[in-house]
Amino acid sequence: MGMKKKLTAIDVVEEIKSGDISCEELILEIYERIERSELNCFITLNKENALEEAIEVDKRRSGEECRRKKLLGVPIAIKDSISTRGIQTTCASKILTGYVPPYDATVIEALKKEGAIIIGKTNMDEFCMGSSTETSYYGPTRNPHDLDRVPGGSSGGSAAAISAGETVLALGSDTGGSIRCPASFCGIAGLKPTYGLVSRYGLIAYANSLEQIGPMASNVTDTALLLEVLSAKDERDSTQVKTKNNASTNYCLSWLNGKRSGNGGEGVGVEVEVKGMKIGVPKEFIEGVSPEVEKSVWNAVHKLEDSGAIYEEISMRDLKYALAAYYIIAMSEASSNLARFDGLRYGLRTGKDEDWHTTFSRIRGEGFGEEVKRRIILGTYALSAGYYGTYYLKALKVRTLIKNEFEDALKTHDILAMPTMPFVAFKLGERIKDPLSLYLADVNTVSINLAGVPSISVPCGFSNGLPIGLQLVGKHFEEDEILKAAFVYEQTFL
Amino acid sequence: MDVKIGLECHAQLLTKSKLFCSCSTDYHDSKPNTHVCATCLGLPGALPVVNERAIRYGMKVALALGCEVQEEIIFYRKNYYYPDLPRGFQITQYDFPIAFNGLVRIESGGGDGGKEREIRITRVHMEEDPGRLVYIGTIDTAKYSLVDYNRSGMPLVEIVTEPDLKSPKEARIFLGKLRSTLEYLGVFDGDLEGAMRVDANISLEGGDRAEVKNISSYKGVERALSFEITRQKNLLRRGLKIQQETRHYDETRGITLSMRTKEFEHDYRYFPEPDLVRIRISDRIEEIKREIPELPDEKKKRFTSQYSITTEHANSLTYDINIADFYEEVASKIDMKLSATWIADVLKGELNYRSISMREASKRISTADFVAILRYLKDGVITERGATEIMREMLDRGGVKPEEIIKSKGLASIGSEEIEGAIDKVIKENEGAVEDYKVGKKEALNFLVGQVMKHTRGRAEPKEVRRLLVGKIESEF
Repeated sequence: MGMKKKLTAIDVVEEIKSGDISCEELILEIYERIERSELNCFITLNKENALEEAIEVDKRRSGEECRRKKLLGVPIAIKDSISTRGIQTTCASKILTGYVPPYDATVIEALKKEGAIIIGKTNMDEFCMGSSTETSYYGPTRNPHDLDRVPGGSSGGSAAAISAGETVLALGSDTGGSIRCPASFCGIAGLKPTYGLVSRYGLIAYANSLEQIGPMASNVTDTALLLEVLSAKDERDSTQVKTKNNASTNYCLSWLNGKRSGNGGEGVGVEVEVKGMKIGVPKEFIEGVSPEVEKSVWNAVHKLEDSGAIYEEISMRDLKYALAAYYIIAMSEASSNLARFDGLRYGLRTGKDEDWHTTFSRIRGEGFGEEVKRRIILGTYALSAGYYGTYYLKALKVRTLIKNEFEDALKTHDILAMPTMPFVAFKLGERIKDPLSLYLADVNTVSINLAGVPSISVPCGFSNGLPIGLQLVGKHFEEDEILKAAFVYEQTFL
Repeated sequence: MDVKIGLECHAQLLTKSKLFCSCSTDYHDSKPNTHVCATCLGLPGALPVVNERAIRYGMKVALALGCEVQEEIIFYRKNYYYPDLPRGFQITQYDFPIAFNGLVRIESGGGDGGKEREIRITRVHMEEDPGRLVYIGTIDTAKYSLVDYNRSGMPLVEIVTEPDLKSPKEARIFLGKLRSTLEYLGVFDGDLEGAMRVDANISLEGGDRAEVKNISSYKGVERALSFEITRQKNLLRRGLKIQQETRHYDETRGITLSMRTKEFEHDYRYFPEPDLVRIRISDRIEEIKREIPELPDEKKKRFTSQYSITTEHANSLTYDINIADFYEEVASKIDMKLSATWIADVLKGELNYRSISMREASKRISTADFVAILRYLKDGVITERGATEIMREMLDRGGVKPEEIIKSKGLASIGSEEIEGAIDKVIKENEGAVEDYKVGKKEALNFLVGQVMKHTRGRAEPKEVRRLLVGKIESEF
């Protein structure tokens, strides 16, 4: 697989606006690549609409309205867990076969407003339940770096598509690592925003209290640009934090822009630097990871030190229950979220209609995959009378402890650095038969969702040609700090 | 035998939009599934946003029922499968409802000033209404069920009582008081179909309690509870145990049927709704308290002292806020006792007979019309019977003025000369009856009065007729 230098969103916007490239040609090229691809990144393509929009962009590119658009003509792939009006949205589940949402998620509205072009809906683990994109009803996605290996998950299609040049940008959603894990395995950048920064309106819920939609891109600057668009305020999501203004991401983008092009923008002259930045490296997140991963992460930390950051090894004690707490909360919420899929109003409807219980039981039996059923059953159990206190409430207590632990660590440090995944991409079929070993792979990502803090994964090396991800974690709503560190590190890595 | 009844009353609140989306609540005359959106249809990804006005209404209700309003509220998910529930869970409240510990006073004898009883309110909370199953034909004959989601997401306030009610009649009186109070607050319209739905818990001394669901009319409550008490008494008489179970009230047949017994009770798996945040409400209490108007009990007290009317009349006039307002308007223009009699005794009867509400009726007969009718009556222009006739005509036809009816129906009272002429005629034509009266058969007089009324086509006052008739006959002795 050719790993030639990829097009960036920043370049695409600039070159389309200046007329250096044709949006239509760019989109055609993208679809040619997708049609030749063996990766299975997409569930549904949006070719006809995308080409129409591209032609429109070429026509109007120099108009006043178009010049203001931040993502004019940029191809973007959307994870199939995000509702897109008029485009089938399945969450990679058989049960949502043929479901075409009548409305756009808030983030989709924002993307359209900024001129982005939706390429299609990407493959994922069914209802985001998995770390390998193998639980998809539409078959697994393959890792562009090694076709026998998984791309990570659950946003595997989005990550693989960016890595293989089948899109420029992508949206993922991250409940317990679903953006960062595939970003790590596919060698791209992916950011899980602070819980409450990005509207979840239109995101098909797996575990509402944990997940966020987030940007995925081939580099840090594009990630920041996309995050800025995604964090638009939305009255339709009560859990979005409204008091915080989102100026930090604006600021971040403008200085990244200013640094890069050296002209225009309010950020000109602002140095992107990490001088004096305090980085905590929690040893619990490094113990037990593969030696190559450990080596690469330390390397990255030292590179940041070379740029003026100060690091310190720290300990975070209460993390050993994170995985258990995460799965109890996620499965409990999922068991309730997925109750609506009964085939009555939309989605799969098979066989002949009998009485209500028989019919919806049969449709759910046929429509959900094994992993989804497992989590619904476990979640139902955890919430049932007599067990609620033992499991769900206990998990919430652990969650509070973990949140405190992160807040404490981030009181004395600006950011935390650690591996995203304990190992590189594994082989297709290697872990899927053993759910527990798959759950354990999420050990470094889930606690971040429990704490609600932001986290980015950026490539930091290779092991036998397979990418390794560095994870940088920041304070609530301080995405700019981790983006800054990631950007500085990226410069040394390139 | 001691009977204990506790009620869970669900009342639809009169907000403009639904509890968690901006769909209109004015769906009662609309086609099915026309007042719906992604949120109230439970489409994947759609999120609820709390209607702040509904919360204020809920708080108003709680405060009017004397409850302690809480600091913060949290919405929960109640998980169960049913086709009218589009998300597979209902968003409701569990721990952290709007309020606890209220008190409602009722007069257990009804409106006639019987013994006052205190009914404790356990809690008040908010929840969304599910959709509605619709059958073509009846539930038994229909081949399939249809679902109408127009109602899905309607704001409900649930009021739960302690098991303080002692009879089906008390339950009915309590519900009447509740309805009255909610209407006074301007947050509820009891005339809308399905606006109030009740679940009742009933137990007899020494037995487990049964829950009767799906009671959707005020009359239904008394009927359902009476049926259930008889059923339980019969079981006990036969030496059988009363099981803890959930029963369904069949409105058309007036009976309760077993839905499920204890071991099949739902486990609703309540947990906090993660798509909503906790809402602090304590800072609004004082403001909302100031918005609470005079309530039925206070109004009743004021009416008896301010208008010097009987407790019965005050009771009758204050039950419905629209009648109370109508009365006050009329009483400010004309004799307040006369107004009380004519509104409480006559007008209300006519409304009941026609099953129309005061709100409806006031579109056909205004307070000015009513004052005019009473004035004509006082001035002797019309008789009592004529006044009643005018009211009936106005309620039935609408759009007519009292004067037109007096003219078109010839209701103007006649002078005493004309009456005396009629009396002479009647005495001449009914000698037998006159003789009967003379020998002491008092009933004969009623007959004679009736005959005179017939001759004058009701335009004479019966009392006056009687006086003149007696004078005439006795002068002939």
